Amino acid sequence: MSGNIMLPTPHKIIDIIRETENEYTFRIETIAKVKHGQFFQVSLPKVGEAPISVSAMGDGWVELTIRKVGKVTNEIFNLKPGDKIFMRGPYGNPFPLDDFKGKDLVIIAGGTGVSPVRSLLKYFYEHPDEIHSLYFIAGFKDEKSILFKEDLSNFRKRFNTIYTLDKDKIEGFEVGFVTEHIQKIPFNNFENYNVVIVGPPVMMHFAALECLKKGVTEDKIWLSFERKMSCGVGKCGHCKINETYVCLEGPVFNYTKAKNLLD
Amino acid sequence: MSYCVNIKRMNEILKELQKEYKIYAPVRFEKRGRYSDTDLIRYAEINSIEDVVYDEKSDFSPKEVIYPITQRLFYFTEDEYMESKVDDKKILILARPCDINGFRRLDTIFLKNGGTEDIYYKRLREKVKFILMECKKGGWDSCFCVSMGSNKTDDYSLAIRFDSDNILVEIKDNEFTGLFANEKEVEFTPEFVTSNPTKVNIPEIDSYELLKKIYDLDMWKSYNSRCISCGACTAVCITCSCFTTLDVTYTENGKVGERRRVQASCMHEDFTTMAGGLSFRKTAGERMRFRTLHKIYDYKLRFKDEHMCVGCGRCDERCPELISFPATINRLYDEVEKLKKAETIKKDIRQTASIEEVK
Repeated sequence: MSGNIMLPTPHKIIDIIRETENEYTFRIETIAKVKHGQFFQVSLPKVGEAPISVSAMGDGWVELTIRKVGKVTNEIFNLKPGDKIFMRGPYGNPFPLDDFKGKDLVIIAGGTGVSPVRSLLKYFYEHPDEIHSLYFIAGFKDEKSILFKEDLSNFRKRFNTIYTLDKDKIEGFEVGFVTEHIQKIPFNNFENYNVVIVGPPVMMHFAALECLKKGVTEDKIWLSFERKMSCGVGKCGHCKINETYVCLEGPVFNYTKAKNLLD
Repeated sequence: MSYCVNIKRMNEILKELQKEYKIYAPVRFEKRGRYSDTDLIRYAEINSIEDVVYDEKSDFSPKEVIYPITQRLFYFTEDEYMESKVDDKKILILARPCDINGFRRLDTIFLKNGGTEDIYYKRLREKVKFILMECKKGGWDSCFCVSMGSNKTDDYSLAIRFDSDNILVEIKDNEFTGLFANEKEVEFTPEFVTSNPTKVNIPEIDSYELLKKIYDLDMWKSYNSRCISCGACTAVCITCSCFTTLDVTYTENGKVGERRRVQASCMHEDFTTMAGGLSFRKTAGERMRFRTLHKIYDYKLRFKDEHMCVGCGRCDERCPELISFPATINRLYDEVEKLKKAETIKKDIRQTASIEEVK
C-alpha cells in the first residue's frame, strides 16, 4: 500500500569501507534526493530499526557511517557488499547549504559527529568556489577512533584544518579537546560566516559557549542533535524535547532554537 | 430524534449492528483487578447490552481499540516486507465525553503532526463511530474533565442513557435511524457533567525564563523516590500515543517474523536511551516533569487549540504509588504563582531602587 510512512524498502549495499574497528561506512544504492544533515531510518528484518545520518552522497548512492554500538548496528556489521539493507527516508531538516554559500564557514565536529558534516565538507571540497573560506576542527578520542582518514587528508589541502586527539600525540594532530582550538578561528576577520557544531551533547554545549565568548552571534551557530527515534516522522514521541520533535524540526537546529531546548 | 428502547429490543438492534460493526464498550473482567478480589473494567467487544459497565469508570481507556498496546506493522521474510491487514468491519465505541475528546488528541499526533498520516492509525480510525455514554452525575472522584474543558462533546453518532429496564437513545447519524423506526419516541438529549469534585488550576507559563525556573523546581525531585517509573499512568491515558518498534521472529521459522509497535512510556527509564547508553531524562522526577508539561503546556504550545490532558483521571487511580496527577498540576500551579510573585517583588524592588537613584 502506498503512503505508508513506516514501511521500509530494500536497498543494495554497494561497498563497505572500514573506518575504525567499530565504525564502518556503508555505501548504499538509492535514488533518494538527500540534503546535507538528513538521516535515514535504517532497518534489518528480525533486528530492528535505528536513525543513521548521511555521511556522503553521490549519483545513485548515499553513505552511512555506522558505529557498532547496539542491537541493530551490531547486525549491520555482518552484512557484505551485495546484501540488502532496509531504509526509509531521508528525514529531518538539513543544514542550510544555500545560506552557507559564498561566506566563511567554521565546522567543529567531535567523534562520530564528523559523520553528519562529512557530506557538507565533501560538497565544498568539490565546489571550492562556492565558499569564501572553510575552517574545520575535528576532534577524536584517540588514534584508533580517527574517522575518514583519507578525507581528512584531502580536506587539509583546501580547508584550514585543525585535527586533534584528546590525549594521544601523533603527527598532524594537536592534543586536547576541540573547544581549546576554537580561539584559533579568526572570527574578527570574517564579514559574514556560519558555524556548524556536531558532536556529543557536552561537546556541543561547550563549543557553542566558546564561540559565543569569541563574539559569534547565536543566529550564526548550527547544531545537529542525536536522539532515540522509533519513527522519524513525529509519531513515536521518543525524540521530543519541550514542544519540539527532533525528527521534524531537527536534527539540525539554529542555536537560537537549540539553546531553548530543555531536556 | 430520540427513542426509548427496552433491553431485549436493544440487544436485537445490537445484533443487527454487528453485521457491519464491531462494538466496543467497557466490560467487567471479574477478579482481574490489581488487588485481590477486585474486578478490572476495560474495553472489549460486546455481544449484549448487559455486557456494558455503564455505572462505573473504566480502568483503561478506549484508545486500545484503534491503537492497540501491541500492533503488527508488517510481516517480513528474508528480503521482503508485507503490510499487516485489518478486519473489514466498521467500529462502534461506547465512550465517555472525555475519551471522545481524547481521540482528537490522538488524531492530532497520528494524522497531523509532521504533515504525514500514520496509516495504521488511520485505517482503524476512519472506521470509528462513537456512541456517547453519559457519565454519572458529577463524574467520579478522580475526574477533572470540567477543568480541562473536555466534559462535553457533540462528536457522536448515537448517545445513550442506561435506565433499569430501558435505554434512551438519541440518534444524530442518519445511518442508524432505520434501526429505531418502530421504537417509542421520547425527549432525550444527553447530559454532561458540569462540575467535578476534583478541580485543577492550569499554570499559565508565559515566558521561557519562567519555563526554565519550572525545570529547576525542587518539587520534581520529590518524585525521584516516590515514582517507580512503571508507566501505568501513561498506559491508561487516552491521550498517550508514544511507541517503540520491535522485531519478532517466529520460532517455527526464524527467518520469518513481524515488526510490531508497542506502546511506550516517557515514564520508563529507557525512553530516551540511545544505543551506546546516552540518555536525557535520567531521574523519575525529570520524567514526571516532562509528562506534566507535555500534558498541560507543550502540546498546547505546539498545536495551539487545547491541552493534551482531558482530565479523565485514570492515571490518578492507576498509580501504584498513589501519585495524583491533578494534585501535581495544582502543586505546579502554586509553585508557578510563587515564582511569579517573587518576580513581581524583584521588579518592584528594582523600580524603587531606580526611582531612588533618580532622586
